[in-house]
Amino acid sequence: MSHQPMFEISSTPIDIAALSSELHRGRAGACVTFEGWVRDSNEGRPVTALEYEAYIPLAEKEGLRIVSEAMEKYPVLAVVCTHRTGVLAVGDLAVWIGVISQHRSAAFDACRYVIDEAKARLPIWKRERYADGSSEWINCATRGGSASAKP
Amino acid sequence: MTEKTVHIRYYAILREQRGIEAERLVTRAATPAELYEELRVRHGFTLAGDRVRAALNDEFTGPGTELREGDRIVFIPPIAGG
Repeated sequence: MSHQPMFEISSTPIDIAALSSELHRGRAGACVTFEGWVRDSNEGRPVTALEYEAYIPLAEKEGLRIVSEAMEKYPVLAVVCTHRTGVLAVGDLAVWIGVISQHRSAAFDACRYVIDEAKARLPIWKRERYADGSSEWINCATRGGSASAKP
Repeated sequence: MTEKTVHIRYYAILREQRGIEAERLVTRAATPAELYEELRVRHGFTLAGDRVRAALNDEFTGPGTELREGDRIVFIPPIAGG
């Protein structure tokens, strides 16, 4: 039984049960999952919703490269990752990653690798909507900041 | 400096500042960096060129890559996934 690395951009709510079913049991002794949620504040400003926009053709290629790299770098059995687009409310699931391996350490490491690389490399943008009615593209302020994503 | 036709697609803050999602453009720009500067001046983009990456035909590319007739180009503002 071999697994293909899997990465998807989804404009609809992430179906965790369906993704989990890609992580076949048996040979695996460990399963590590990561969920990225929409938080209710950012740098002290109350956030009411987030809007994710993706350059889908390149985001899908780069995402697949990231999960493939994770499978090459760490002795894991399967890696799957899905990233949302569209308008998300506070508490909604924005990213889901699942990794299975024979031993736990590789699954933790690979999961961490995927979320860190995803944040640094995927061409995806986030617009935050604030309680006062204003909104802003994150990391795109005219003054200050750098071109790279925050860790 | 020959003219070429390129296809530009805009995302996020650049899409909003340009007011459209995509356009076809005849340009004398030789590279993504030159093309971005042309567009930034014309449309008042707030992001400086050194904060924007480029993709050609759905792959990342450098600012100095030679543009070719019919290229599909996307300028990538600072990303914020995850």
